[in-house]
Amino acid sequence: MNFDALNILLQTILLMLLAPLLSGCIRNWKAKLQNRRGARIWQPYSDLIKFFRKDMVISEHASWIFSYAPYVVFITALVAGLLVPMITVQAPMSLFGDVLALVGLLALGRFFLALGGLDPGSAFGGMGSSREMTIAAIAEPAMMLAIFTVAISAGSTDISHIVQVAQSPAWKVLNPTHVMAFAALFIVLLAETGRIPVDNPSTHLELTMIHEAMLLEYSGRYLALMEWGASIKQLVLMTLLVNIFFPIGMATDTTPAALGIGALVYAGKLILIAAAVVVVETTNAKLRLFRVPDLLGAAFVLGALALLSTFLFQ
Amino acid sequence: MNIQPFSLLVASLCGYVIGAAGSLLFMRREKLANVFSFGVASLSALGGLLAALAFLSAGPGAAVSKIDLLPSFIPYIQFTVRLDPLGAFFLLIVSLLGVALSIYSLGYARGFYGRKNVGVLGAFFNLLLLATTVVFLAGNAFFFLIAWEIMALTAYCLVSFEHEKVETRNAGVLFFIMSHVGTGCLILGFLLLFQASGSYDFDGFHLLGDTMSPGKRDAAFLLFLAGFGVKAGIVPLHIWLPAAHPVAPSNVSALMSGVIIKTGIYGMTRVLFDFLGTPPNWWGVTVLSIGTVSAVLGVLYALMEHDLKRLLAYHSIENIGIILMGLGASLMFLHSGHAVLASLALIAGLYHTINHAVFKALLFLGAGAVLHATHTRNMEEMGGLAKRMRWTAFFFLVGAVAISALPPLNGFVSEWLTYQSLLQGFGTTTSLVRIMFPISGAMLALTGALAAACFVKAFGITFLAQPRSDHAANAHEASFTMLLGQGILTVACVFLGLFPSIFLKWLDPVTQQLSGQQISAQLSAANGLALSNTAAQGGTVSMLGLALLGLSLLAAPLVLWLLFSTRAKIRRGPTWDCGLRGLTPQMEYTATGFSKPIRMIFKALFRPRREVQREYDFSPYFTTTLRFESHVEEVFQTRIYRPLNRLVLGASRRLRALQAGSIQAYLIYIFITLLLLLLFAL
Repeated sequence: MNFDALNILLQTILLMLLAPLLSGCIRNWKAKLQNRRGARIWQPYSDLIKFFRKDMVISEHASWIFSYAPYVVFITALVAGLLVPMITVQAPMSLFGDVLALVGLLALGRFFLALGGLDPGSAFGGMGSSREMTIAAIAEPAMMLAIFTVAISAGSTDISHIVQVAQSPAWKVLNPTHVMAFAALFIVLLAETGRIPVDNPSTHLELTMIHEAMLLEYSGRYLALMEWGASIKQLVLMTLLVNIFFPIGMATDTTPAALGIGALVYAGKLILIAAAVVVVETTNAKLRLFRVPDLLGAAFVLGALALLSTFLFQ
Repeated sequence: MNIQPFSLLVASLCGYVIGAAGSLLFMRREKLANVFSFGVASLSALGGLLAALAFLSAGPGAAVSKIDLLPSFIPYIQFTVRLDPLGAFFLLIVSLLGVALSIYSLGYARGFYGRKNVGVLGAFFNLLLLATTVVFLAGNAFFFLIAWEIMALTAYCLVSFEHEKVETRNAGVLFFIMSHVGTGCLILGFLLLFQASGSYDFDGFHLLGDTMSPGKRDAAFLLFLAGFGVKAGIVPLHIWLPAAHPVAPSNVSALMSGVIIKTGIYGMTRVLFDFLGTPPNWWGVTVLSIGTVSAVLGVLYALMEHDLKRLLAYHSIENIGIILMGLGASLMFLHSGHAVLASLALIAGLYHTINHAVFKALLFLGAGAVLHATHTRNMEEMGGLAKRMRWTAFFFLVGAVAISALPPLNGFVSEWLTYQSLLQGFGTTTSLVRIMFPISGAMLALTGALAAACFVKAFGITFLAQPRSDHAANAHEASFTMLLGQGILTVACVFLGLFPSIFLKWLDPVTQQLSGQQISAQLSAANGLALSNTAAQGGTVSMLGLALLGLSLLAAPLVLWLLFSTRAKIRRGPTWDCGLRGLTPQMEYTATGFSKPIRMIFKALFRPRREVQREYDFSPYFTTTLRFESHVEEVFQTRIYRPLNRLVLGASRRLRALQAGSIQAYLIYIFITLLLLLLFAL
């Protein structure tokens, strides 16, 4: 029990500290790939501290929802993170929630994010909320199908258990079923974290914003919590993706050697998936809003094919 | 000991009768009629609630009690009231809602003073509760049908309560017709059962299907599916539901969406699990498919609504679909002999039944409070109500989170159970049919996400931003009793979400009765703190744990606040208006605008029609007047019901030739009919 409490605390701190760094890395590498110098990878930390220090302006049209939404967004991302195994195969809070609870928690955060966008009464916020909920709605079935595929082959919806099953030699990483499910989840990851080709995280062109449009009226520490929550959500989804499909090198016990190897391999896997996102963002243009359903439809078909292929390869 | 809940129950039934009679008696004095009818109704419902709780918490051993309410001199018809586990579960639902709705009505009915007769409203309200309770408890097919008809007729009278409006009258008539089509199917179904058993007693129907011929059994299945399906509002028999539920007074809308459509679910569960025996596979497949289609179409049409109560009514179709997904999966497991899984899926369906009753009633009560304050159901004229109606906004938000299946509230728990039973269903068979389970699961995910989008719209447009009309700007908080009624249901939502293991124990008698298994022990992990999915090493989830974890993690932002922002100030200012001279409510996003992307994506289904008329002086960029109209019509209306309507009218026009008015012709008809009947009898 004692170890558990320590474990929870450590993973919480790791989630909070690692998430801005990951965002900073992606931004920096993207700049490099586009022949720009880009901000330092530590820049997001400075941003967050600056936001926390700043005064806040809250819209006079907004109600109490506006002030509670940042906390809900931040906390749900953090709780979701505690359900995912990061360095060790056992997530600290796996008893409290499985992969369905993780999806539910992120949806709860999104629900309040969208309400926070509507509350000040600006048309941008409404537009962002409307688009965010639409895209989430068509991404959800694809995500569930991919998750079901993995859950069915592992015989459980418990993420820690899925990862443990994936450790066994019988689990083949390059099984076509898993490849298709991975591809489907990767597309969903791009949509859920607001990346090109679905949304542009660095845009300030009003009519193309989705996530940024909802944050337009936020300032000060509320903005910090919103931005931080979004980057934690990105970290959680990426961790989920790499650890479910490539569970290599994760620590199965708590000896320092195993933990050290686990941490190094985890860092390597995160770097690879972040690099993949950077390449996709640089080589693609943002899609028109009404082309996004085609992309997510492709993800759905991939998920369905992955499921059907369980007939052929098992 | 076990006579006690039953006597409480009979007292509660008598209470409803007294309430109905009393409110008619005091009709001329509306204040007295209001307090008497709804006061007595809430006490009677409380009696029913205690009876149900006492019966269910006694565990699976409790004896089934029976009593004849009235002496009967007609053979086959007995007025038997019977309390068995399934009936007790539904009694729990109707009584819980009865308590909350009656308390709410004390305040809500005041809005009718001087306009409408509150005594009549109270009398019908009591009668409706009585008839619905009896439907769940009747132990004889005739008595069941009588209660069923009284329920339909009182519901019709309540739907037409504000009959001055044309919309209300049309909705009432549509409800009346559809309801009787359903009853017709039920009568035929019960006749088939009677033919096999020789009596109309429900006791005699138990597992009757195993002795019937397959053809008759399938016919009975289809008749009952259609008959109860009309009441439950399954697609495509649902068209009366979005018409009738919104026009009724809001306390009645809550009762109709919360309980009365559940009589359809009760009927299906009773017939499919209790009467018809081991099902063939295609029954389960049919019910699961109907459930999936109803869920997805229900929520898609809900998204297109900007009438707050119609939106909620469409969500009832969606949730009935989710309930049927659980029941359908359970039938498939019964067929393949997986009793534990069948119980799991059945629990998922029944859990969602009570959850939907609670949060849908809560949302309708919230909509009623909003309607009371703003005098409109049109969301485009609302806005800014979160500041003016703080408590109503909070209660509505809880209902919205619950119905969107978000943790940590009750909607998530029952959908989690549904997901788990669908996922485990994949392993129960090797045929291609198993692909249905994950596909239904994916559709459930789509439904959940669209419901979330819809309730961001419903809550956001109604309660947030600036008021879009004077009515909304001058809105006032609802009265104390109205808030209390909503508060009770909010507490129920939270309880059913955070403490499912307590509630699941009460379901043990029900699953013991219907599938021969008690699985509440298998469903609980970590001393009842967490829910498990019955499989070893399967997933677990604990709403209480997640909620407490989330609350304790609030320490993190608190520490950061102490570290960095103690000196930061908070200033109120206007929303950024792009340099214009102030933001007006006209510039806000509308409900129609909010769902536009969904309307465009599902264009093939919605076939939206739009008309735009604009006038301008010298350039199209400087419009002087603009008129925009957009319509979405249900595909079932245009493709099924309208042609059917034309067909019926055309046929009756042709048949009119028979009715020429000459008495000799009529005598001939009678003679020919008689001859034919005699020939048939030979």
